[in-house]
Amino acid sequence: MALPAIALFIAAIFFAVKKKNECWKWFAAGVAVQYITTLINTGKDELAGLISGTKADAVTALTGEQWTTCTVVIVLAGIIMLLCRYPRYEASQTLIASLLCVLGGLVIGYIVLLVIEPSGAFEAIQTILENFLTYSKPKSQMKYLGQTLVRTAPLLMCALSVLFAYKVGMFNIGAAGQYVAGACAALFFGLYFKAPWWVCVLAAMAAGAFLGVISGALKTFCNVNVVISGIMLNWITLYITNMVLSMDGVKNPMSPYTIQLRGVNPNGLLPQMDLHTLFGNEKSVTIAIPLAVIMAIVVWVVLNKTKFGYELKATGYNFHAAKYSGMKEKRNIILTMAISGALAGMGAALLYLTGIEEWETTISSVPGMDFNGIAVAFLGGLSPIGSILSAFFIQHITLGGSYVDTTYYCAQISSLISSLIIFLCAFVGFIRFAMQNRIRKRDEAMAMRKDMAAKGGSDT
Amino acid sequence: MILLLQYTLLFASVLLLVALGGCFSERSGVINIGLEGIMVIGALGGALVMKYLPVEFGGAPVMILATLIASAAAGMLFSLLLAVAAIHFKADQTITGTAMNMLATAAATVAVKAMNTAASGGHDVSSDIVYTRARDTFIVRFGNFEFNWFMLVALIALIVSYVVLYKMRFGLRLRACGEHPQAADSVGINVYKMRYAGVLASGLLGGIGGIVYITAGVSSWKFENGVAGFGFLALAVMIFGQWKPIKIALAALLFGFFRALGNVYTGFDLLKNLNLPSQIYNMLPYIISLLVLALTSKNSLAPKAEGIPYDKGTR
Repeated sequence: MALPAIALFIAAIFFAVKKKNECWKWFAAGVAVQYITTLINTGKDELAGLISGTKADAVTALTGEQWTTCTVVIVLAGIIMLLCRYPRYEASQTLIASLLCVLGGLVIGYIVLLVIEPSGAFEAIQTILENFLTYSKPKSQMKYLGQTLVRTAPLLMCALSVLFAYKVGMFNIGAAGQYVAGACAALFFGLYFKAPWWVCVLAAMAAGAFLGVISGALKTFCNVNVVISGIMLNWITLYITNMVLSMDGVKNPMSPYTIQLRGVNPNGLLPQMDLHTLFGNEKSVTIAIPLAVIMAIVVWVVLNKTKFGYELKATGYNFHAAKYSGMKEKRNIILTMAISGALAGMGAALLYLTGIEEWETTISSVPGMDFNGIAVAFLGGLSPIGSILSAFFIQHITLGGSYVDTTYYCAQISSLISSLIIFLCAFVGFIRFAMQNRIRKRDEAMAMRKDMAAKGGSDT
Repeated sequence: MILLLQYTLLFASVLLLVALGGCFSERSGVINIGLEGIMVIGALGGALVMKYLPVEFGGAPVMILATLIASAAAGMLFSLLLAVAAIHFKADQTITGTAMNMLATAAATVAVKAMNTAASGGHDVSSDIVYTRARDTFIVRFGNFEFNWFMLVALIALIVSYVVLYKMRFGLRLRACGEHPQAADSVGINVYKMRYAGVLASGLLGGIGGIVYITAGVSSWKFENGVAGFGFLALAVMIFGQWKPIKIALAALLFGFFRALGNVYTGFDLLKNLNLPSQIYNMLPYIISLLVLALTSKNSLAPKAEGIPYDKGTR
């Protein structure tokens, strides 16, 4: 479609890698060509619309889409170029690595689609990436964007839970169980005791924290690996939750789901604060979304700007050194797991207290929310702020998967892509190492050349 | 009672196979959280053979052998993902393993659904594979007791593992790489090769464990569900067994018993009269393993270098 522009962008990126200022010219040329081709294309479409007399609506929607694609291409190319131009900053290295992971996941996912059925593969991957944009009306787009955001909030909380523990040297795979416990507590308080929403949220956090404390205590006092105890607790919690939420007054007697919160206890739902009017009156849009973002910022502040966070991280780097310098290392581990658990538990409350879905009491596997949380945390470069973006991305493609053409493909293709992304994230350390190595080698070569020039040696 | 014995032996075989796999991998110094995923992929490989290989073709021996080879090969192939990432690229083994677990379930679901959809022209979008007839060839009936050939396979795997780990040069070298790879390298052992061998062995045994698990009680499997945490249970068995084959076998029997109880408790009047919800029995193996781990992990005999990528520069 816009091959010349893409070629120009590739040239720009190439020069950016080579550290030449020429990259700006090539980039500008790329932008110009991209806009011109889009202009010609849209003009053509409008002309075609006029000639064939199709509805103006459809044509405008089509051209609008083309302009969006155009902008996305330009922005992406710009980001990649900037990153290649300034590779020394840690943030840009992490971003490059994450983008490579996403790209790798998408490419492999695309290949899988091609293997299954070549004819619709491109369309399918496009659908996954578009998600709510598949709807043509702006109002439904906003509505489904709202739904995506509602599901992004708990995912972000799970990611925060994982990354908080990871910063303290623990891999909290038990976040899944803590999330389930949070769902159990939130729904039980909301449905059985008809408690107001903030009580439910606190109960969910307490339940998650309780499980976290069990894992942390087993680690510090009995030397049980957090991963193993977390996994065991995941299954135990799942069965307990199914049992508790099957009680009378909580479970809907007609279906395997819990009773709708909206019907019995509207106070248990998170307040909307008129946010839903922004998203096409989507009822489930609540303060959960800003709350999750605020929590991300809080986690960032705690980890990076407080003495407490510093102590926790120090304990994670070296348990014995932390002990030696007078920190309460055991307390720190347990406290970390408690906070991590509370974050995951709160995530569940932020989903189930919006009324977007009910708990299914017959599920036989732990919800994927937490495992996706791991993907989000690592894709976000283990930074709370990066996680906000990656949470949206992962949720975006997960929901996008439900729109693919089911005559050939299935929705799980999205989970395939996100698990591929996590797998590739394991290589992030290696990618960054390779990048730093390159930079170092280039610096050395540069220094050597300067040295030669200073000595007056000729290099002909 | 016989049913309980039968299921105990079956589940113990699964746990034994998979835990032995984990043992090989960890003894070589690579933590294998991805056993669950390896089981799923191994099960997929075996189930496909069981579905497409006609029973008439050579009868039971061919069917058993082909299924075993297919699931072992699938498991080994999948375990290469861990081997390459953890050994060559020095990736974090826990993350890689977790990713493999997710990947296996997603990949198996996508693959089976694609096959079912294509075969039925879009009517059947389930992720089930049915293998009733093939499964019958695995079973020999002694009265009420259904002997499954896989029980024998597990026993053989146990003996072979013991001999390989403790009576052969290869086993000594493998264990050395898990305890002190630098020392092993200094006497000329190729640590990377040994670790590859360890991970591939875990893929082989894990893959076989997967097919044994899905054929244990049912004659069709829904791949969306994965293997319900059995790989993790096997890890607990391995830790409880202190990374030693014989102790692992005993631990597997114990855990297998509690797992079997969940399947057959309705057959006992005493347990039935207690009227506990079935979830309690489902929970039991996990609770027991958590308790057991809490009591035994204090003096853990874990291989000292497990989880640490080997870097030649650290010699």
